Amino acid sequence: MTESPPLLRVRDLKTYFVTEHGSGTARAVDGVSFDVRPGETLGIVGESGCGKTVTSLSILRLIPEPPGHIRPGSFIEFEGRNILTLEPKELRAVRGNQIAMIFQEPMTSLNPVFTVGDQIAEAAIVHQHLSHAAARRRAIEMLQLVGIPDPEERVDHYPHQMSGGMRQRVMIAMALVCHPKLLIADEPTTALDVTIQAQILELLERLQAELGMAVMLITHDLGVVAGTTDRVVVMYAGQVVEQASTVELFARPLHPYTEGLLASVPRLDAPQQGRARGRLHSIPGQVPAATAWPDGCRFHPRCPYAWDRCRAEEPPLLESGAHTARCWLLAEPQRRSSPAPQP
Amino acid sequence: MNIWNWVALGGAAVLALIVVGAARRRAGASASGRRFFRHPTAAPGLFVLAFFVLVALAAPLVAPYHPYEQIDVDHLQNHAPSTRYILGTDPLSRDVWSRVAYGARISLGIGALAMLVAVTIGAAVGATAGYFRRWVDTALMRLVDVGLAMPRIFALLMVVALWGHIAVPVLVLVIGLTGWFATSRLVRAEVLSLREREFVVAARALGARPGRVIARHVLPNAAAPIIVSAALGIGNVMLLEAGLSFLGMGVPSPAPSWGNMIADGWSKMAVAPWSATFPGLAISLVVMALNAVGDALRDALDPRREAV
Repeated sequence: MTESPPLLRVRDLKTYFVTEHGSGTARAVDGVSFDVRPGETLGIVGESGCGKTVTSLSILRLIPEPPGHIRPGSFIEFEGRNILTLEPKELRAVRGNQIAMIFQEPMTSLNPVFTVGDQIAEAAIVHQHLSHAAARRRAIEMLQLVGIPDPEERVDHYPHQMSGGMRQRVMIAMALVCHPKLLIADEPTTALDVTIQAQILELLERLQAELGMAVMLITHDLGVVAGTTDRVVVMYAGQVVEQASTVELFARPLHPYTEGLLASVPRLDAPQQGRARGRLHSIPGQVPAATAWPDGCRFHPRCPYAWDRCRAEEPPLLESGAHTARCWLLAEPQRRSSPAPQP
Repeated sequence: MNIWNWVALGGAAVLALIVVGAARRRAGASASGRRFFRHPTAAPGLFVLAFFVLVALAAPLVAPYHPYEQIDVDHLQNHAPSTRYILGTDPLSRDVWSRVAYGARISLGIGALAMLVAVTIGAAVGATAGYFRRWVDTALMRLVDVGLAMPRIFALLMVVALWGHIAVPVLVLVIGLTGWFATSRLVRAEVLSLREREFVVAARALGARPGRVIARHVLPNAAAPIIVSAALGIGNVMLLEAGLSFLGMGVPSPAPSWGNMIADGWSKMAVAPWSATFPGLAISLVVMALNAVGDALRDALDPRREAV
């Protein structure tokens, strides 16, 4: 595989929120770095509250300010240009045109007072200055592309006349009108039921191949990641804790958090241990508050392997081949064989 | 009143009934429409409004005389209501009914136009403040505080006093310019919650300019409170115009406005009560109808808010 320059480079991204009651600063995203290469699918995985959505909103500078702000020193480069220093006009030329985004909730992400055709056409009108008639034809084409039957009729429907799966297709059509180079999909299937989920993911995959765009797929569902992504970034507590190709990550998870996530996926083919039907694994505890990340490794209170070093020193991203993880186990692999008793 | 005036008047009443009936039939299809007509006063209110609007539009047909015409200054002052002059004549020997009909044009027109001015400015200011927040919000809302703290009638009297007698379009503008403060607060509150909605973020993610986001995605979704405040506000504006005209500072004589008609008949209240009473009744009826319709609209468009 030839190394092409990355389409998107995120370096040391820090997005903080000042909380109202003076209880401190929520460090929602705290030093995140990753690349997205042209045409690839990058999965970003983590529990709720680990900073996935804030990361994606930061890339388009959609963080509500105040209370949020992106710290100086952060760097988001798209095709060689730093997004964080763009003028508002240049930024709008990137949004929706070069980088598009689809949101989690198809029920609330469409404007209830306009037809879906109007909303799909909007990006074409904004960026390509199409006439209304041309934009409408474009909207019909897009509806066809995302597999909505009777597009000529559906184009004049309002969002409330459509099902959740259809609306998510409309959202995808909206995002793809201008053939963006990068599509950020923030939990695109979370609000949908499983059969529709599979259809939407298939659709995304097909469109990605047809249009040659890169996709950043944000999800908490490892099943989605396994099926669709090339590489995975695992996030925990506002940081990247592990990064590897999808195959590598599932075969050889290095970070205990990733291990925990993988173990908490229900499987029919899992080796049955002990009783015939084992209890589903869960990671003890919950993601700590973003205003008070633990000292040392941020995962240590929930980690079965944690020892003194984890409590005292924050691990950097350590490398193991093309695979990186933020864990002292990479420096002291012998510890892995003897998990400490859980607190 | 000749036969054709009666026919035209009857026609206006029938047409108003038809309008209400049609509205009722169309409203049955939607939940908010049904909520609207569930109000016992909504349909009568709508009828009164439709009737007066039709009378205003058809004034030359329903009125037997020109509103300025002094029919017989020597013998026909303060003539009591009769079949010929159904609402009597005023102290200047003008037909009261003709003046009420033409006065509907002026009073309703001023009410509607001034409210349009007020709602437009209020929506624009409120949306700007709510969408951009920060110093824009602070500056605009302090301006609104000042506006709300000012007694409106005195502000208007001051303006009128400075310019002497003013033309009707200027009156509309002045009433509109002093009437947008409450609307802007209402719209701002609505926009503050709308701007965080996902479809607004989605529109921004699409690369739409702030103006476009506000005009297409924020304001149309704030239409319900804007419409309600406009409907309730027209009544207020009409009362204000009547008050100003009564004081002789509003619509200049001889143009008939319901307010200056009351002023004309007021001095003869003891001997000829009809020339002040009927325009007064017209004002009360229309304002009550507007309030009834406004209340019903509020309940219809915003089911979360309880009827007061």
